[in-house]
Amino acid sequence: MSSAYLLKRLLWALPTLLGVAVVVFVLLRVVPGDPIAMMTPPGARAEDIARLRQIYGLDTSIARQFFTWLGQVARGDFGTSISLRERVISLVVGKLPATLELVLVAMPLAVALGLALALAAVYFRGRWPELVIDGFTGLSLAIPDFLWALLFVLLLGVMFPVLPISGRLDPGIDSDPRTGFYLLESIVTGRFAIARALIQHLLLPAAALALPLAAGITRILKSSLLEVMNQDYVTLVRVKGYSRARVLVRVALRNALIPALTLTGVQFTFLVGGTVLIEYIFSYPGIGNLAIGAVIQRDLPLIQGLVLTFAVIFIVTNLLVDMTYALLNPRLRQG
Amino acid sequence: MHGSSRRGFLRASGAVAAAPVLAPLFGSGAARAQAGSVLTIAYNTTLPGWDPTSSAHTANPVVQSIFKSVFDQYVDQNPDLSFKPGILTRWEWNRDKTKVHLTLRKGAWWHDGTPVTPEDLVWSLERASDPQGTNPMQFVWGKMSNFRVDGYIVTADVKEFEPALLKWMAFLTAYILPKKAYTASGAQGWDAKPIGSGPYMVDKFERNGYVRLKAFPKYWGAKPAFETVVFKFVPDPASRVAEIESGSSDLTLEIPYEEYDRLIAKPGLAGAVHPTSDLGIIFLTNRDVMLDANVRLAAAHAIDKKAIVDRLMRGYGTPVDTLQAPQYAAFDPSIKVKYDPELAKQLLARSGYSIANPAKFSIQTTRGYKPKDYEMVSAVTGMWRKVGIDANIEVYDIAKHFELITQHALAPAAFYSWGNSIGDPSTSTGFAMFGPSPHAAWKTEDVDRMIAPLWSEKDEAKRIAGYKAVDRHIAEHGYAIPLLQYAQPVVYKKTLRFTPHVGGYVLPQVMTPA
Repeated sequence: MSSAYLLKRLLWALPTLLGVAVVVFVLLRVVPGDPIAMMTPPGARAEDIARLRQIYGLDTSIARQFFTWLGQVARGDFGTSISLRERVISLVVGKLPATLELVLVAMPLAVALGLALALAAVYFRGRWPELVIDGFTGLSLAIPDFLWALLFVLLLGVMFPVLPISGRLDPGIDSDPRTGFYLLESIVTGRFAIARALIQHLLLPAAALALPLAAGITRILKSSLLEVMNQDYVTLVRVKGYSRARVLVRVALRNALIPALTLTGVQFTFLVGGTVLIEYIFSYPGIGNLAIGAVIQRDLPLIQGLVLTFAVIFIVTNLLVDMTYALLNPRLRQG
Repeated sequence: MHGSSRRGFLRASGAVAAAPVLAPLFGSGAARAQAGSVLTIAYNTTLPGWDPTSSAHTANPVVQSIFKSVFDQYVDQNPDLSFKPGILTRWEWNRDKTKVHLTLRKGAWWHDGTPVTPEDLVWSLERASDPQGTNPMQFVWGKMSNFRVDGYIVTADVKEFEPALLKWMAFLTAYILPKKAYTASGAQGWDAKPIGSGPYMVDKFERNGYVRLKAFPKYWGAKPAFETVVFKFVPDPASRVAEIESGSSDLTLEIPYEEYDRLIAKPGLAGAVHPTSDLGIIFLTNRDVMLDANVRLAAAHAIDKKAIVDRLMRGYGTPVDTLQAPQYAAFDPSIKVKYDPELAKQLLARSGYSIANPAKFSIQTTRGYKPKDYEMVSAVTGMWRKVGIDANIEVYDIAKHFELITQHALAPAAFYSWGNSIGDPSTSTGFAMFGPSPHAAWKTEDVDRMIAPLWSEKDEAKRIAGYKAVDRHIAEHGYAIPLLQYAQPVVYKKTLRFTPHVGGYVLPQVMTPA
């Protein structure tokens, strides 16, 4: 993968982002819900409503509002949130690390679980553990992440209360982090008690996000492993006297991993999207929760900023997936 | 990129996959609400920010409990909505009601240790009334001007008489803020370090997460029983149920009534369901079939409100027939709209409608915004069908509702709630039924003629009597169909003593250990 290719991909991202911006901006103006009507009390007069509309820049035409906003975005200014009275960029930058940490804990959980289950299913091929694993993956795929979240809340939060079910950190803990990456920062600075509390809060939402993805990885990897295990070179290795487990891990896994890792990369974007509901259920203060509040309040500048953020994450992730795929598959490195 | 090896990458991937070692994490168990000096409340909304007077959420009644814990209102309210001194010890009109005299409490302090001064009071009121500001109630506060300070008494001219002005002193956006601290921090910096004069100080605020409050040792009122209060923001009702059931929180509110009944049967938990100042009302718009009085009155008489409360709301709620709750100043218990399906059929027959040939219109409702809102409207349309009204249910969200009502474009019928925690008739019947109000669905001259003089009526008894007459007129003509007064479910640990408030407030400063 050459730098010219990378540059080309990045340049292509610009019209994509512009398209997203246009669609979101127009849609938000077309769908029902007036943020000024939401904030005005019953006794307000028409002139009061007009005054607020002018203050929040909603008194001009949609086209004019769009170009004003686009000009601001080009200068790195996403405007000011109507409901929170804070710069959109600082709100997003403040909450994005929480969501990224959640996703970055969910992802290894999913990969580890998917990997272990696929290896076990192939190792115990034709025996009862395979049936159990197949049943589990089927169930995990059939139940969406938000239902897993509710199940975890009931099971591990209420019936057997071993893990916290809301927030990012106990309100009683004073962490005073300098960055938004609380977990990373607490590990780097050696504050392991805080790291442990953070991980406790992350486990249930991360597990809810991870389970459906883990099931997908298991299915793909298992199928891929079975295919590889039937190849002649694997049979040759077995004939040489290597154990089934060693062949599975040392020989077959390497060649079967590419489809599963590709799926994982693609699913990363879905994990980010899935955080919206998961954060709501676990009262986790990330951009998903911020997005729900913004939509309820019809906070147009904040919604626009958040959608653009999600779009950037999707584009960057897809680019990284392509790069990783090229790294793993030498045939794709040229061109 | 070319220099990286696939083998190395795979090895690293394996290391990541093997990393999670989770067992030690379960060691200390879940976070528990601490007994004793810490009170943890699983709250039903998030707090967007800390300006209680001039931001988009200041008109949101749900966040007022938190504001009231940190900031002083000019005038306070008892749990039954009666008024009591807040940061003002006296608040009164002059003889001809052209001026108000406001007496500031002596010995009150801001959380930064500086004294609350009359200048702070004047600055707060002037800021609220600034036409260039963002206070959504500027139309009320703007009626005062020309503030003069004499010791601790502030006098203001009232440009346009507002009979409920002094009651507004206990309502939305009626909070005193520190001039010096706010000016120094600016609007953007204020959320990072808000300063009030209320019983609790903001210790830590994690937006969308929680706020931790500490008791303010120099508070002028009674010392709060709990040294630390945590409001956890848990907007999902199922999660709030889990919070209280798991013991992670000491108190929660606004949960489904079915869950309330289940939870209070559990050992260690208690509950209170108390009436609040929220009414569920079917507002009618003067258009289409609603211009026919027979249809409107038939729609009103066909609804068995008691059955709705008993069966749908599990008995939690109070059927109402006027736009005033029993705790309001202009409540008239003699106004009754009886449940009489036969009368409804007769009224419809007079206009040519029957079960075979029903009157048709749409009714709008939210779904899940208020308890059982959609279910309630479904029940109502079922009752209507039995007398000859075929209503089509349209579900919309609350943002759409506000947009439509300000454009006078609601469906002929629309169900939503109306809150009025100061209990004045001007802020219920007045704003809800006076045509020029953007939040009035019914706009006809007969009602407007009755309400218009009441806006400037200085004789309080006459004004209240006037609003009672308006409410009777509305009931007799079927201009609106009040259904019920909502009841707020609160569940808490038995180790806690909770005081219900008709305003729907959950105030930590009045809670004590049991």
